[in-house]
Amino acid sequence: MSTVVGGAAASGSVGGGPLLSVRDLSVVFGRRGQPGFTAVHHVSFDVAGGEVVGIVGESGSGKSVTSMAVMGLLPARGVRISGEARYRGRDLLTMPDRERARYRGAELAMVFQDPMTSLNPVVTVGTQVTEVLHAHERLSRADARDQAVDLLRRCGIPDPARRLGEYPHQLSGGMRQRALIATALACKPKLLICDEPTTALDVTIQAQVLELLVELVRDLGTAMVMITHDLGVVAGLCDQVNVMYAGRIVERAGCHELFARPRHRYTEGLLASIPRLDGDRSLPLTPIPGTPRDVVAWDRACAFAPRCRFVTDACVRGDLALAPLGPGHDVRCVHPAGGAAPGAVTATIQEAP
Amino acid sequence: MLRFVVRRLLLLVPVLFGLSLLLFAWLRALPGDPARALLGDRATPQGIERLNAQYGFDQPLPVQYVRYMGQLLQGNFGNSPRTGQPVLATFVERFPATVELSVAALLFAVVVGIPLGYFAAKRAGGVLDLVAVGSSLAGVVIPVFVLAYLLKVVFAIGLPGLDWLAVLPPSGRQDVRINATHITNFYVLDGLMTREWDAAWDAVRHLILPALALGSIPLAAITRMTRASVLEVLGEDYVRTARAKGLARGLITRRHVLKNAMLPVITMIGLLTGQLLSGAVLTESVFAFNGIGSYLFDAIATLDYAVLQGFILFIALIYALVNLVVDIVYGLFDPRMRVR
Repeated sequence: MSTVVGGAAASGSVGGGPLLSVRDLSVVFGRRGQPGFTAVHHVSFDVAGGEVVGIVGESGSGKSVTSMAVMGLLPARGVRISGEARYRGRDLLTMPDRERARYRGAELAMVFQDPMTSLNPVVTVGTQVTEVLHAHERLSRADARDQAVDLLRRCGIPDPARRLGEYPHQLSGGMRQRALIATALACKPKLLICDEPTTALDVTIQAQVLELLVELVRDLGTAMVMITHDLGVVAGLCDQVNVMYAGRIVERAGCHELFARPRHRYTEGLLASIPRLDGDRSLPLTPIPGTPRDVVAWDRACAFAPRCRFVTDACVRGDLALAPLGPGHDVRCVHPAGGAAPGAVTATIQEAP
Repeated sequence: MLRFVVRRLLLLVPVLFGLSLLLFAWLRALPGDPARALLGDRATPQGIERLNAQYGFDQPLPVQYVRYMGQLLQGNFGNSPRTGQPVLATFVERFPATVELSVAALLFAVVVGIPLGYFAAKRAGGVLDLVAVGSSLAGVVIPVFVLAYLLKVVFAIGLPGLDWLAVLPPSGRQDVRINATHITNFYVLDGLMTREWDAAWDAVRHLILPALALGSIPLAAITRMTRASVLEVLGEDYVRTARAKGLARGLITRRHVLKNAMLPVITMIGLLTGQLLSGAVLTESVFAFNGIGSYLFDAIATLDYAVLQGFILFIALIYALVNLVVDIVYGLFDPRMRVR
């Protein structure tokens, strides 16, 4: 089910609207009064109840910052956040932190990238799982403990009762990530944001943890935002996919559509750089040349232009809008792949002042 | 745990033994002659000879060492040629004063330093941070005796126009008019034990200024260490996790920030304790606080072997015990360091 709607048309309503509606979210790092660095620029996306939305991009594309801004986890100083992130119609960005803390952990939960550092080394696993229950629900210690045992068991941790009394250093990386997932899902949140949850794990464990996440999320009816640089993670998992580059969404489509018909040259490049079992092994992989640091400012050109093989003068002439290019498929590109006439898109380029 | 403590205590035996040997050799390698130092310029050769014979300084060094160790094992630290008193008796009388002062100074440094460092880190770059960092820098660079005199002049003697500030006693450990009972020679403790509340309070009042002076450097060290440590921990992933759980601020601070940030501070407090005990000399002399400091100073000037050996061995023992306590406390905070 897709609830993605273009531009300003959506305003999160409490009733049938999306669970989370992010509109024009921008995050600028830098002190007040100085130009600063724009990490996220006018990002908009929706997450419906029970839906799995992917945010894909390479390091520095702004995907983690987006999720941290929504959760209110960015530092208060040196960061300017604008736009809105409405959860069930209420803007998380303007709400006081004390109030936002009531949502965090209870309705909005998050699983982070590195399980080795995301658990407090000097507090038992049990305390770290139960403290979120105590923070949001009135529970006796025994009840919280029982729930924690149950959660750990459901997350595939053997002998959970014993694990509760252990410290993080006594658990393997995979076990720690399972414990963190158990913690995140303890209060049955409506939305789970996963920031590269498998990146720090062994490849064999990655698949297990992903499978576990999907299973738990389906069971609980929790919506999920999956942030990853790995299109392989997105493929079997997401309903909607947003591809980010240099702080902006450059392509958005349903999962199947995106893999079948990538339109942005960056997405196309990402897909071409994935090794395939069924491909011709004599051919070398096709990398995207350059690094994410080779960007130009979005307000003057397409930021991907320096790395794009299809770049023309039209790409560096002005600000580029995210424009629909088929049903439920938005692209920010002058020369989209897949044969569509570029003329339709050039109309969205405004001359730079 | 018990095994760990016993093992560490047993380990102390060879350490102290080795130290005693080293110390013995080192003190005797120092230039100067104790008999001459004690009897002064006009000492006669006969007088020096008599003193040397009396204290066994004329014997070969190995004999002296064996004799000294023999006494030590019986709990006898020897007599001081300078005072003629047994060293141990003087220690028992004077050491409690130094310990009391050191503990008070450390208490002041910990109680003020940890919150100051924490809030400085929370508002890094803010006004409080600047004040904390600035004053801790001042705490380190102002020599202790300058600070001690300053405190004494302002809060005990009184400046013209500011004499309402001078509410504390300028020197000593207790007002002699109180005529307090002394059991342990820890005056505050004695006052509490005998329920002589006014005696205890008076001892506390006498402690305040010396403790502030002596505690200034530890305060600076603890403030800075706490600040740096908290700053580091605030950036840790698990603090972000804790915030993502929507925990109350106080809980995040206590359980996730402070419990981790205190680890290096605890180590530092252990090191500071030893320093305080042996470093109270200046403060003690400014406030005429009859601790071990002035006694030790005179002992150095007269090459009083018995006093110096006894004192350094004693300090080493306390140092080792304090560090044992630190290791145990460390385990309470950090399970990875827990002793078995």
